[in-house]
Amino acid sequence: MSPLSTLTPLTVKKSSPARNRLRGGARYAPTLATVGLFIAMFAVGAGMYPSFLSGQVFLNLFIDNTFLIVLAVGMTFVILTGGIDLSVGAVVALSMMVSATLLQQGWNPGAVIVLVLLIGGGLGLLMGLVIQYFDIQPFIVTLAGMFLARGLCYVISLDSIPVTEGFFTGMAQAQIPLPGDLFVSPGVLLALGIVTVAFFVLHHTRFGRTVYAIGGNEHSAMLMGLPVKATKILVYALSGLCSAIAGILFSFYSLSGYSLAAQGMELDAIAAVVIGGTLLTGGTGYVLGSVVGVLVLGIVQTFIAYDGTLSSWWTKIVIGGLLLVFILLQRLFARKAG
Amino acid sequence: MKSLLKHRLAWPVIALAALLLLNQVFKPDFMSLRMQDGHLYGSLIDIMRNGAPTILIALGMTLVIATRGIDLSVGAVVAIAGAASCAYIAASPEPGSPVTAATAVLIAVVAALALGVWNGFLVSTIGVQPIIATLVLMTAGRGVAQLITGGQIVSVSNDSYKSIGAGYLFTLPVSILITAAVFALAAVLTRRTALGTLIEAVGINPVASRLAGLRARNIIWIVYVFSAVCAAIAGLMISSNVTAADANNAGLYIEMDAILAVVIGGTSLAGGRYTLVGTVVGAFIIQTLTTTVYTLGIPPEVTLVFKALVVITVCLLQAPKARNLLSRLKAAPKPAAQEAAKEKVAI
Repeated sequence: MSPLSTLTPLTVKKSSPARNRLRGGARYAPTLATVGLFIAMFAVGAGMYPSFLSGQVFLNLFIDNTFLIVLAVGMTFVILTGGIDLSVGAVVALSMMVSATLLQQGWNPGAVIVLVLLIGGGLGLLMGLVIQYFDIQPFIVTLAGMFLARGLCYVISLDSIPVTEGFFTGMAQAQIPLPGDLFVSPGVLLALGIVTVAFFVLHHTRFGRTVYAIGGNEHSAMLMGLPVKATKILVYALSGLCSAIAGILFSFYSLSGYSLAAQGMELDAIAAVVIGGTLLTGGTGYVLGSVVGVLVLGIVQTFIAYDGTLSSWWTKIVIGGLLLVFILLQRLFARKAG
Repeated sequence: MKSLLKHRLAWPVIALAALLLLNQVFKPDFMSLRMQDGHLYGSLIDIMRNGAPTILIALGMTLVIATRGIDLSVGAVVAIAGAASCAYIAASPEPGSPVTAATAVLIAVVAALALGVWNGFLVSTIGVQPIIATLVLMTAGRGVAQLITGGQIVSVSNDSYKSIGAGYLFTLPVSILITAAVFALAAVLTRRTALGTLIEAVGINPVASRLAGLRARNIIWIVYVFSAVCAAIAGLMISSNVTAADANNAGLYIEMDAILAVVIGGTSLAGGRYTLVGTVVGAFIIQTLTTTVYTLGIPPEVTLVFKALVVITVCLLQAPKARNLLSRLKAAPKPAAQEAAKEKVAI
């Protein structure tokens, strides 16, 4: 199966079943605006640089951002319930450190991956339990989680640890050829697989509907007899798991573990989700929108790389500006809808 | 009411006392202060001096949180303030003169005023959630700071400028005196005038306070501007202490420390009642924690784990207490009351 065929049904799905369920164009407006923005940016890039208009440049957006896509998927679930997870960047770094260290000691890569997923999911579960049962703001709990995970990285090692293990380097170098001299990395397939699963879970399962219901109105969801408690806890466990997967994907990408890696990645993930059209108050948003949000962030970086004269800090300024525009857009549509 | 306030501050104070005692046990001369060249030295002074920027920012953050807001942009403001003032000094024809230093400070404060007005505009006029409104400046601000410094670390040599963060006045470090002055100003303005009550009113119920004829918008504007100015002063301290502006790392994660200080101090993130004294105690706890790690001989890389565990413990200690208090005050279940409050915000 070619990865392109995984791509196409995704974009088709987006417009058909979801639209039937949710009425009102306003709900789609922010996400559609993001898609429009992405296409416009790609067109401008193609106009400015002839080599921009190639399938590989587009695919590279995925290859370079697999971990961010997976993070944004987890973050979308959390934000849809009206929560926030600040720990994701630190959990990514912890996953990288744990896998790099254990691989160096000769562990089996399969065992390492399972362990890393357990650690990430476990940390998320723990944070979810604290948030639910002690009734402390997600902001504070995940902040503490961020300190804990980042601190554990420092405890493991302050130095960068290279990954030389065969499976990981194989995954880093592997290219899956596509027609037309194009290729993607195995990580892209994994990330898109996760997006597909997340899409299905969010729109076609009870769990997904409960997530939306909690974000809409937690109290009403509780009165309706929905499993609010369990869902809220699970959402954080899910985000932790996604962070661990993202950590492994980032290991494939960078082939090292470094305790300062992925700093500020939680902001990128939140920005991608917001730009993708998910409301931070919860209840409205799409996982596919978040993926487009990641692609927009990716294309900003590509632009700056192509330009060559712009310094890296323009990325931050542009992302901040985009965040602002989309927040204002959301306000506008929220007012219209209300 | 008085016993309640006492109760609120009890845990943070006990935690701080326990931490200081722990240090005293492991380092017998911990509490001692000595005079040298007319300057006071000692671990306690160090804690106050190193904690000064965090305390300043936490003071601003307390008022923002009291209005049910949050200001994530303070770290970026720290970077911008340091970058703007150092870039000005470095580029001026007389980089050593006190006038240049004063102008640099003015530039930083004016920049902070503008940034505070910007945050306040997004939150009060446009009605964006505070966490997102300030996220914009948090993301873009560091980029702006790097733009100002051109991505370099700008070092300056100006004695007047250096004294902000590293100087001494009346035997005490200037940074401590500045922080004390800001604290006194904030305490007098909010506790001796109606401002404090108005801030609490906005935090407890924005809609009701607006219906009561209160200009909630202006109050919100004031707290974000105050927070930004506090952050700018902290930024001046940090950059003057090392006589350089580092747009990348100055004030990195300081917003997290400040928010923790506020929460540990006993101010609820849900807004309403706040305590400036509690915030100062909270900030001291955070700074003392760092010192304790060194005193106990724990490797410094464990500091963050240690901090995380303390934060979790303090939060857990406060959570059930709050729950008990509420259930005692009202027979109604807590989630219902909270939901009602949330719905009010949504309107």
